[in-house]
Amino acid sequence: MSDIAIDTAAAPGAAAPEPTPFLWRLLRKPLALAALAWLAVVALCALFAAKIAPYDPLDQDLLGVKQWPSHEHWLGTDALGRDVLSMLIYGGAPTLIGLVQAVVVAGSIGIGLSVTSGYYGGRFDAVVNQIVDLVLSLPTIVVLLAVLAVFHHNMLAAMVTVGLLGSASMTRVIRSVALGVRHELYIEAARIGGLSDAAIMTRHVIPRILGPVLVQISLFAVVTVLIETGISFLGLGVPPPDPSWGNMIADASVNVNDFPWLLVPSGAAAALTILAFGLLGDSARDAAAEGWSRPASAPKRAQVAAIAIKPVSAFDPQAVLSLRGLTITANGVARPIVNGFDLDLKPGETLGVVGESGSGKTMTILSLIGLLPHGLHVENGAMRLDGETIDLRDEKRLRRLRGHTLGMIFQEPMSALDPCFTVEHHIAEVLDRFETLSRRQAHERVIELLRQVQIPNPEDVARRYPHQISGGMAQRVSIARSLAPKPKVLLADEPTTALDVTVQSEILELLRGLSMSRGMAIILVTHDWGVVADICDRAAVLYRGDLLECADVVDLFNKPQHPYTRALLKSNPHSAPVGEPLPTIQDTLARMREGDA
Amino acid sequence: MVRLIAHRLAMSVPLIVVVTFLTFFLNSLAPGDLARSLMQGGGTEEQYQQLRAQLGLDQPVLVQYWHWLERAATGDLGVSFFTGERVTTLLNGRVGVTLTLMIGVLIVCLAAGLTLGIASALRGGFVGRAIDVMSMLGLIFPSFWIALVFIAVFAVWLGWFPATGYTPFRDDPRLWFLGMVLPVMSVALHSITNVAKQTRDSMIDVMGRDFIRALRASGLSETSVVLKHALRNAALPVVTVLGAIMVAAIGGAVFVERVFVLPGLGSLATQAADQSDIALLQGATLYFTLITVAINLLVDLSYGWLNPKVRIQ
Repeated sequence: MSDIAIDTAAAPGAAAPEPTPFLWRLLRKPLALAALAWLAVVALCALFAAKIAPYDPLDQDLLGVKQWPSHEHWLGTDALGRDVLSMLIYGGAPTLIGLVQAVVVAGSIGIGLSVTSGYYGGRFDAVVNQIVDLVLSLPTIVVLLAVLAVFHHNMLAAMVTVGLLGSASMTRVIRSVALGVRHELYIEAARIGGLSDAAIMTRHVIPRILGPVLVQISLFAVVTVLIETGISFLGLGVPPPDPSWGNMIADASVNVNDFPWLLVPSGAAAALTILAFGLLGDSARDAAAEGWSRPASAPKRAQVAAIAIKPVSAFDPQAVLSLRGLTITANGVARPIVNGFDLDLKPGETLGVVGESGSGKTMTILSLIGLLPHGLHVENGAMRLDGETIDLRDEKRLRRLRGHTLGMIFQEPMSALDPCFTVEHHIAEVLDRFETLSRRQAHERVIELLRQVQIPNPEDVARRYPHQISGGMAQRVSIARSLAPKPKVLLADEPTTALDVTVQSEILELLRGLSMSRGMAIILVTHDWGVVADICDRAAVLYRGDLLECADVVDLFNKPQHPYTRALLKSNPHSAPVGEPLPTIQDTLARMREGDA
Repeated sequence: MVRLIAHRLAMSVPLIVVVTFLTFFLNSLAPGDLARSLMQGGGTEEQYQQLRAQLGLDQPVLVQYWHWLERAATGDLGVSFFTGERVTTLLNGRVGVTLTLMIGVLIVCLAAGLTLGIASALRGGFVGRAIDVMSMLGLIFPSFWIALVFIAVFAVWLGWFPATGYTPFRDDPRLWFLGMVLPVMSVALHSITNVAKQTRDSMIDVMGRDFIRALRASGLSETSVVLKHALRNAALPVVTVLGAIMVAAIGGAVFVERVFVLPGLGSLATQAADQSDIALLQGATLYFTLITVAINLLVDLSYGWLNPKVRIQ
């Protein structure tokens, strides 16, 4: 039964008490109603079988065996000439009775144990948990066989056993919900208000867990029907000739060679009943979830009606990378994320891209290698790289630039490495992609690269997994990996933000050294003026997707052209006067506006 | 890792004890006992009591259980009430078929489940809906019913596979294989979709992680990003599901062996339950429990193999 329990992501998140009653929401679902209707039909048939069934289910008619459905016998007759429909109507009873027995046992134990253990917690909870673990690992069928060996054809014993075993998973799931409820404020308030434990449980805890309980009971019912019919099928349950669905399938199995039709009615009855419980469980889960959250619909791609495409100036022939008119849009957002961005990167130069969070600086460099997150698109833009003009909307083309033309390092070094592979593997894999190397050569190259990024004892580090190295070390490994295919340009997305201050300066030092020794150009995204001052030759200032100015770092610091640049510089904590509040960008812009007026 | 395995083995001791004691305790409630069945209705009450004392059946359940445990530890599980054969001999002759069935289920679930799961994580849409439909069908139809439909369609109607029976591998490998196809598929049908769903969910989760973007940025091929890195990281929850499936397959084997008349542990246990052959059933229960323990151990070992954090600690 464990394979079904997996499907139950039932527990809704904690939230305020529900607005409309759970049962009402459930009953408004058509599928839930259909499921309940079918179950009602089965139950009524079983209750009033003698009145409804057209024939006595035990009446044999040896002259009319194995008949196909006809006017007299709507579902045909079986190998002994018994009316299949009548057997089906009578045969639902043992299944339903067994179901009720098992659900009562599992439900009362499961709810009782989970609510009390979830509510009281502590040692009681721990003991219950241990027992649940043990019961969950018992193989259901095997235990049932043992029970049935002793209590021959005793369905009550079998179904009580099923209930006992099933109470474990029920306890497990409901307990977690009850635990969540226990810590909520309104429960605390009720307790402080002097309500008794019993009153809190019946009034507040149990209504709250009704949804998950119904989901669990439905899933358990699915399993129980399967087991009940299964036991009869094995010949260990309801003794033949008493009709039961399992017995009918067993009969059908004998005749599968010459009259397979018999499989259909019995299988369909069992399957529809199981389906009904499955649908009931699904609807209950939805109804329970609706109480706390409504499904959000994904925003459609925005109708960007008229983006004024700026006149595109010619590519800079001197630049190693020349970018023109980059425009990025997001689904459901009218304003472009990046709005007609031009950029030229000279050989060996380190260019800083500066701006607030959300200014579009990271998206700019991600778009160069076709790695924009889901929902963002390059609307327009082209770049000249390595003597070739590339349309930035052509993701396939951009994909081929990754690695050996454009390398990239990220903000969070620890999450840039696959936790399942060693440092050596990360780098060797990239080498292997771009060159044909023997294992030995590859290893030597890895060590050499690790040495270039100044990792002490590279042989040792190469063997480690990401979780065994520090953040600074991981960033060095990332840099080594991006250097492996010898890129022309390195894109660095806030490579030092997540690191300690001392490690930050080491990494910046390393990048500057690599840029010098390899003549490699770097685009460095940052919001830290200190980083810009430290290693950048030029810097571009971005504000809400617009390029405000791009100038030599010295000029930019000394005589910023754009008021926003001035404001951004003022809010740099490194240069702020000690003892005064750090001015925000808004402050400075506002003051300047007053000054201008 | 060693500690993890030791822990798991230690945890499995209570399971084995509980299951075997439970069956032992149940059996002490049974009306008939070994002494009665050995005498086959003959003999006097005095002789019966003598035989009971001789067999230790007059002692308290706990003492009897202890004796059974002692003997079980030396590999002696007693004799069948019905045939008088040694229980271990009977069980050892059957366990191979059940293990073959389960390994078949594992292979099919891995191959089909992973393929479908990855396809639906990457392409979504059609494959995803196909999995949902298949999963629904596998859930609502009992495995033994599906097995019968398979027989009706693929054996009786199309004649591709033998309907029932088991051919040992040594006699005819081809027939052995053909004979196992339908049983394996009947047990696996629903499990395939469980693996596929779990694979889809955890692949989608992993594909959204930062290191996937970093791997792509480093220039690796999409195949290697998806099939090597993402799959490896997505594998842990899938292994958990596979473990649960294999434990559930024990139950599936009980039914399917019956349908296809396979001489496995399941059909033997069913027969033992039917005939109240307590000693035999007790042995079968022990075997099933040991298989469960072995599955859990394998799951733990694959955790260690897949996740360096588990391995190195």
